[in-house]
Amino acid sequence: MSVTVNIPADMEVVYEYPRSMNKVYTHYCPGCPHGILHRLIAEVIDELGIQDRCIGVAPVGCSVLIYKYFNVDFVEAAHGRAPAMATGIKRTNPDKIVFTYQGDGDMAAIGTAEAIHAANRGERLTTVFVNNAIYGMTGGQMAPTTLPGMVTTSTPMGRDVRLAGYPVPMSEILAQTKGAVYITRQMALDLPSIVKTKKAIKRAFMAQMADLGYSSVEVLSTCNTNWNMSPWDSMVWAKEHMVPTFPLGDFKMTDEVRALKVR
Amino acid sequence: MAKGMVVIDVDRCKGCGLCVQVCPVGILQLSPDAFNAKGYHPVMVTEMEKCTGCASCARICPDVVFTVYRKKRVRKSA
Amino acid sequence: MAKELLKGNVAFAEAAVRNGLQAYFGYPITPQSEALEHLSKRMLELDRVFLQAESEVAAINMVYGAACTGVRVMTSTSGPGFSLMTEGLSYIAGSEVPVVVVNMMRGGPGLGNIQPAQADYALMVHTVGHGDFHAIVLAPANIQELIDMVGLAFDLAEKYRTVVYIAGDGSLGQMMESAELPPMKPLPTERPAWATIGAKDREPNAITSLFLGAEPLEAWNLHLQKKLAQIKENEVRWQEYQTEDADLLMVAYGTVGRICTSVMREARKQGLRVGLLRPQTLWPFPAARLNELAGQVRGILVSEMSAGQMLADVERAVAGKCPVAFHGRLGGVFPMVDELLAELKKLDQEVSK
Repeated sequence: MSVTVNIPADMEVVYEYPRSMNKVYTHYCPGCPHGILHRLIAEVIDELGIQDRCIGVAPVGCSVLIYKYFNVDFVEAAHGRAPAMATGIKRTNPDKIVFTYQGDGDMAAIGTAEAIHAANRGERLTTVFVNNAIYGMTGGQMAPTTLPGMVTTSTPMGRDVRLAGYPVPMSEILAQTKGAVYITRQMALDLPSIVKTKKAIKRAFMAQMADLGYSSVEVLSTCNTNWNMSPWDSMVWAKEHMVPTFPLGDFKMTDEVRALKVR
Repeated sequence: MAKGMVVIDVDRCKGCGLCVQVCPVGILQLSPDAFNAKGYHPVMVTEMEKCTGCASCARICPDVVFTVYRKKRVRKSA
Repeated sequence: MAKELLKGNVAFAEAAVRNGLQAYFGYPITPQSEALEHLSKRMLELDRVFLQAESEVAAINMVYGAACTGVRVMTSTSGPGFSLMTEGLSYIAGSEVPVVVVNMMRGGPGLGNIQPAQADYALMVHTVGHGDFHAIVLAPANIQELIDMVGLAFDLAEKYRTVVYIAGDGSLGQMMESAELPPMKPLPTERPAWATIGAKDREPNAITSLFLGAEPLEAWNLHLQKKLAQIKENEVRWQEYQTEDADLLMVAYGTVGRICTSVMREARKQGLRVGLLRPQTLWPFPAARLNELAGQVRGILVSEMSAGQMLADVERAVAGKCPVAFHGRLGGVFPMVDELLAELKKLDQEVSK
């Protein structure tokens, strides 16, 4: 449907479609924060002017098709292997900007080793790590970050920590590595937190551009479909229930990263 | 005269309603009757003249439905 | 270039360097770790990329990432590490990027041992991890051939945008013999058009093995199968020894193929007209030539350092035209010349009945 809109001459555009995003429909469920985070990354790529030297590494999970949505080069990794693949790209192309986009299963279960070692080597990579405490794509099974007691399709009586262990505090773990320069946990659950998340993503990309080391932005997110809630209710629920287990904040920020001027 | 305005790409909208929750002047709602090409009730503006061009809707929208405009600030020349 | 005394693992690593290797990612495993050690020094001297990964899983995915940007990249490993790499190799095959992997096979299953073996034949020849695919599998029998096959492996990988394995065994990696290395080639300066190196002045490239619909994935598979058919058509390689007058034929590859040249000489001294076919490519397999020879000889003896994995491919090629006998040794034991000679005599008697 094409609509011609007359914009009054005294109006200027304050928000428009990011150039680094392809103008296609995403496959995400209504209200899924993946769309918000894709947009934030695209805005950051636009603002930093790196679209033509940026390479993304796609994960396995709901965001497996992310490469269709960005106007940048992309490769598709095996589940959990994005940090290794990104390492191969960055080491052979140190002048490029390489980022991985990973979910909680990718980052904190099947790919824990790759994530920790990439961070520990101080790979000049940026990770956006989306934590929604559930396996969305496969139909709502337990994630490594599922909260104790939380009902999923593979913890029908709730996550019993005696059987299934505890939520994996990935950002806290990554912050222990010497090679990481910026490890933060944010949320994309209301307007102010979305604005802050964008700033964190921008700082993480800038840390890479300044050749400082590994950076990761964990973002608390939702899965309203598998949580059986409306999009807005799921955001309210996540703020109330996820934040106590996954406290927000910067777990590591070196002085060099702190000194970056993030506008 | 409105300070701002939004243009809605109706067919991109999945009717999730997040923008409705965050609009500070409460002028967004999901169309009660209309469907878009994808079969969702898309968002609509009830009173455009109240729009401030704050872009809250655009900043929470997962589907980049909104383009936002705001009145140019007139700088007083010295 | 003069001949020099070279250890197999160092020889193939240095041959890769001289053939323009731009990046190596690997994980130490006996019996091929000398390759990784050699490259850890050489690649950095030359300002190229070397990285010791945290696992073979990570190593092959680093290789995958680098390959997506169009650089010459390889890794090397042995059985257990190769098992770990099969996941990544399947993705590499499915997304058509050129990669070379050397597997210096050791005894299995499981941790097995670090003695030479050919027990990974089925894993290397009949599949590339999950899904429908074949790698080009090169099987050198001595260090000179190992060196020469490194250059060939890169050329084939890039020509067909595919996975090429070099199937050696622990003895080939560990032994030293005199061989000649190629001259140093300059590094390529251009990247292929499909490489993901940033969408500068062009539409973005996406490298993926994902095709959600059934029909699109079938179409992609048919495209891959067409490529494999081309490889089958053009890239079958083998060596024949005294097959002109042979009425008995041995079929063996790699180190066992080399042993069989001694068996053949000894057998001929004792009056048996024995020939040898040594496949240099295990996939594609020299099936057509083998089928021809099966019509000429009275019987075939297959030998492997396995329980008989290539045997199935030989039997399929022979298609009942003559009897096929087998003698294999397991767990790192070589089939010895006198054993094979006895097997040949037994075969000779059976087919003379």
